[in-house]
Amino acid sequence: MRLNEKELEIVEILEKDARIATEDIAKMIGLSVEETELSIKRLEENKVIVRYISIVDWTKVEEHPGVRAMIDVKVTPKRGVGFDEIAERIYRFDEVNSVYLMSGTYDLSIIVEGKSMNEVANFVSQKLSTLDSVISTTTHFILKKYKHDGIIFEPDNKDKRIVVSP
Amino acid sequence: MESTKRTYVSKLVHDLKPSGIRRFFDLAAGMEGVISLGVGEPDFVTPWHIREAAITSLEQGYTSYTPNAGLLELREEIAYYMKGQFNVAYSPADQIIVTVGASSAIDIALRTILDPGDEVIVVEPCFVSYVPMVELAGGVAVQVQALKENDFKILPDQIEAVITEKTKAIMICSPNNPTGTMLSKSELEGLANLANKYDLLVIADEIYAELAYDEEYTSMAAIDGMIERTILVSGFSKGFAMTGWRLGFVCAPVEISNAMLKVHQYGLMCASTMSQYAAIEALKNGRVDVEEMVKSYRRRRNYIVQSFNEIGLECHEPGGAFYAFPSIQSTGLTSQEFAEKLLLQEGVAVVPGDVFGASGEGHIRCSYASSLEQLQEAVKRIKRFIDSL
Repeated sequence: MRLNEKELEIVEILEKDARIATEDIAKMIGLSVEETELSIKRLEENKVIVRYISIVDWTKVEEHPGVRAMIDVKVTPKRGVGFDEIAERIYRFDEVNSVYLMSGTYDLSIIVEGKSMNEVANFVSQKLSTLDSVISTTTHFILKKYKHDGIIFEPDNKDKRIVVSP
Repeated sequence: MESTKRTYVSKLVHDLKPSGIRRFFDLAAGMEGVISLGVGEPDFVTPWHIREAAITSLEQGYTSYTPNAGLLELREEIAYYMKGQFNVAYSPADQIIVTVGASSAIDIALRTILDPGDEVIVVEPCFVSYVPMVELAGGVAVQVQALKENDFKILPDQIEAVITEKTKAIMICSPNNPTGTMLSKSELEGLANLANKYDLLVIADEIYAELAYDEEYTSMAAIDGMIERTILVSGFSKGFAMTGWRLGFVCAPVEISNAMLKVHQYGLMCASTMSQYAAIEALKNGRVDVEEMVKSYRRRRNYIVQSFNEIGLECHEPGGAFYAFPSIQSTGLTSQEFAEKLLLQEGVAVVPGDVFGASGEGHIRCSYASSLEQLQEAVKRIKRFIDSL
């Protein structure tokens, strides 16, 4: 889909702040509110805007510790379907957040989320490792998130400028 | 001998008025929760790769003086940048001086060209330092008012009317602080004709040149024949978000540049070394950052100008910089009263227009170099303030 200049601006603005009011977007790009609404609708219908999501720092939420692990997986590809079949079997698990086919020393990189280290460990040992095509797994628990999807966690956002300046 | 208290401060300095911005800075300093539209600098922090270049220069031990005119590598980058971005050709060896911010560039330019009593035509509303800097250099600032009716653009007739035998230069700033007004190529040509006709210099403060939103930017030095009459002042503060680095530069014909270098070397020696290494990185690899920031400023400009007009503060659309200059005449308050009451009542800091010259009266300068959330809150508070009057 080829976006016009205004649509491109809308996408950029919404990517930074999905909660911004349509009225404000309209002002920023110089369209009427109705025109802006129509453009957003068109972008949604064409799946340019796929979904509006929040990036949550769960470590801030009490009683909701949660753990996340990155798992390197070596697998045996199958004739005719390559890695796709085993990738699909893996990404169907609810515990699995992301699956990527990688170049290098292993084949699939998967990100798994669980309530505890134990839960992730059980998933790896009982569900992932037991799949026929899986040769080996290496699990790396994420200890702290500094930056995710371009967003820096706990950035120093304090405005360091003096209140009035030339 | 009769004992009378001696005054040590020179009459010239004694008679200088303190900056009106300073007063508001002091007023706002002790207040909590102030939303500031009073800042004359980007809200972006200097891009990381530029900061890292400075850190690396320190790690490598580049902590000594540079040549007076600045690192040759930086001057070469500036020449390349000025040619590529603004189509003006300067020789790095003898036409570019790296200075301590654009302010020091203006200062050395004025001190280089002025003899006592020489006149400089200053277009106002203008940056608060112009007039005092002319006076400190021994000159006389002849102020000409760019009027609201003309979108704060100066007309050549207005300038011509005040030219005398003593006039040495015209000083302009485009895009302008505080109005955001940008002069088009034809408007610059009108001023250039005058400069040619009366054999005048133009001191062109182009520090906001990167922040042009609707039209392509034209440098005064790019107008036919003007490179020989222009002292072009610019720097890294606004476009590259590097205010605290204090790094500017000035480009001029060789004769003037060589003379300015004398003033610079005796006064300041050279600009800070780590800032110069950061600036090299900014010019080499900072274009993407500048474009991103400009995009963001343009959206905020659109937002704030429309919002001001909606709440009854008539505001022309500024073509550049990051200032809106709405009229507050409908409130019946002076710009000082408006700014002070707004600050005390609603905690929003703006700068009263009269501090930039008499023609700024009836307006306030609002910087939109703030996050959208801050601008939204500021507009909400200003509306509440106006409704309370």
